[in-house]
Amino acid sequence: MPKYSCGVRVTILVHVAQRLSIDMKKSSAKKRAPAKTSRSDFYQLRLYIAGHTPNSVAAITNLKKICEDKLHGKYRIEVVDLLEKPQLAKGDQIIAIPTLVRRLPPPVRKIIGNLSKTESVIVGLDLQPAR
Amino acid sequence: MPRTKSKVVRPSLAKAPTGIQGLDEVTGGGLPKGRVTLVSGSAGCGKSLLAMEFLVHGAVRYGEPGVCMDFEETEQKLAANVASLGFNLRELTNSKKLLVDYVSVERHEIAETGEYNLEGLFIRLGHAVKAIKAKRVVLDSIEALFSGLRDETILRSELRRLFQWLEEHKLTAVVTGEAGEHTLTRHGLEEYIADCVIALDHRVTEQISTRRLRIVKYRGTSHGTDEYPFLIDREGISVVPITSLTLAHKASSDRVSTGIPALDEMMEGKGFFRGSSVLVSGTAGTGKSSLAANFTDAACARGEHCLYFAFEESPSQILRNMRSVGINLEPWVQKGLLHFHAMRPTSIGLEGHLAAIHKMIDKLRPSVVVIDPITNLVSPAGTYDVKSMLMRLVDFLKVEQITSMFTNLTFAGDPQARTAAAVSSLMDTWIVLRDSRPGGRSRRELYVLKSRGMAHSREPRELIVSDRGIELGGVLTDYSSAPSAVCPSTVVASE
Repeated sequence: MPKYSCGVRVTILVHVAQRLSIDMKKSSAKKRAPAKTSRSDFYQLRLYIAGHTPNSVAAITNLKKICEDKLHGKYRIEVVDLLEKPQLAKGDQIIAIPTLVRRLPPPVRKIIGNLSKTESVIVGLDLQPAR
Repeated sequence: MPRTKSKVVRPSLAKAPTGIQGLDEVTGGGLPKGRVTLVSGSAGCGKSLLAMEFLVHGAVRYGEPGVCMDFEETEQKLAANVASLGFNLRELTNSKKLLVDYVSVERHEIAETGEYNLEGLFIRLGHAVKAIKAKRVVLDSIEALFSGLRDETILRSELRRLFQWLEEHKLTAVVTGEAGEHTLTRHGLEEYIADCVIALDHRVTEQISTRRLRIVKYRGTSHGTDEYPFLIDREGISVVPITSLTLAHKASSDRVSTGIPALDEMMEGKGFFRGSSVLVSGTAGTGKSSLAANFTDAACARGEHCLYFAFEESPSQILRNMRSVGINLEPWVQKGLLHFHAMRPTSIGLEGHLAAIHKMIDKLRPSVVVIDPITNLVSPAGTYDVKSMLMRLVDFLKVEQITSMFTNLTFAGDPQARTAAAVSSLMDTWIVLRDSRPGGRSRRELYVLKSRGMAHSREPRELIVSDRGIELGGVLTDYSSAPSAVCPSTVVASE
């Protein structure tokens, strides 16, 4: 379990993250194997947050919901908390928080915000409609 | 520089020196420490260079490591820029004196899907600052964010928060911004910067470019509001401060020889005052340069350093010509006492020349300076510019106690005489040379029109230039036969 400074809220969040099958960086056990799909339509997403602000929590929730609707079983979400790993901000050129990076399929795409505008997320990530 | 004269203790603002020649003088010691300074200007005006110099000098000379967040140029390009100033970015980076973070903001790759803030930027900056224990930060140019992010409300509140953050962390920061049409910066960054704003400008008049720097605001510090000319060369930026606006320079009672015994004789037998300014004007071929060469020769013979600015001839041409009148300056050049600096007057603007002259003088610390001639130097500019530039130069030379000689070519009835008139009031001594042909014989004449603070001779003499050097003949008795073309005061009056 990652070390967090403030107890209760964090626990709730981790709980949420687990329930949403999100692969928190550093948490070892909870990696769920992706469903069997061809490589090209598998989505690898990385969400950058900084601490557990309302926007970060909203982004996690919104993302999970959109992925379940549109990409059921064909995605993996990795959450990076920049407060813990500030050195990772440079690699993906992160400025805004939250930022979601679509690492797969190529090309890399980047969207920012708490992902509350579902349509923008779908357009931004270029999600295929569910088959 | 801290003022040490007055003993009254003032709550003086802590300053972070920029290490940029002249800028620290103009700002009374540098930029406000622990505060944010905005440097604005149009493209290519030198703001990135100023910011980078501030950072590099901070790291190298003042032991203050610096972080550069560059929104425009990649590390590689930046390294090339820094290398052009004679610093090795990689070395500085490896020794943890400098850290560069290239921030790429490209709109097409960012879609906005709800609320956000710029915490990512804060984290990156904070991480970089912590990594090298930085004391200085450059954000160049933060306005790139405006082209990358659509939500200006968020951006503006985040910028305010960013500047606060910098101050909370006691970082001395330079933020650059592109000049807007009617505002200092295109996106009004000046609204957020309370402490220090510097505007750079790059003007082209008559195909000659001039760079100027102005301190728009500097809270808690008295600063000049003038525009200061500055120069960008191989060593970076140098700003020309306007010194001695108070006319407080000391007047020396030391005397220096003119190099011509007979001319010394005309000036109480002692020559010029040390630190005074001398104008030698005359029509073509009257021996102005020869007079200057004599003066130079005498200075070097005393073991003093001399700086000769040549705007018409190359150094070797001057040396050759002077040999023909019996003055050999070559040994002084070899001994390192005499330095020539030759430049075409039109190669850079007037302000550029002023900056270059300042820089050379600062570097070589001569006790005698010759500018030969100012005529060509001033030809591309208007009379007002000439006067203000020369005023600065003369003031500067006087403060430094440098004896200076300016030659000026005049033509009878030509507007150039106006230049002489405008300039002459700045000069302590004015020697007039001319050609005349009494009775069909051509001769040169010399006349000391004025020389402040001494009982000088007012009688015209014949000037004899031969391969043995310059000599003066006896007092000319028939001089008054053709006074109208000679006496400069009548030339001025005839305008």
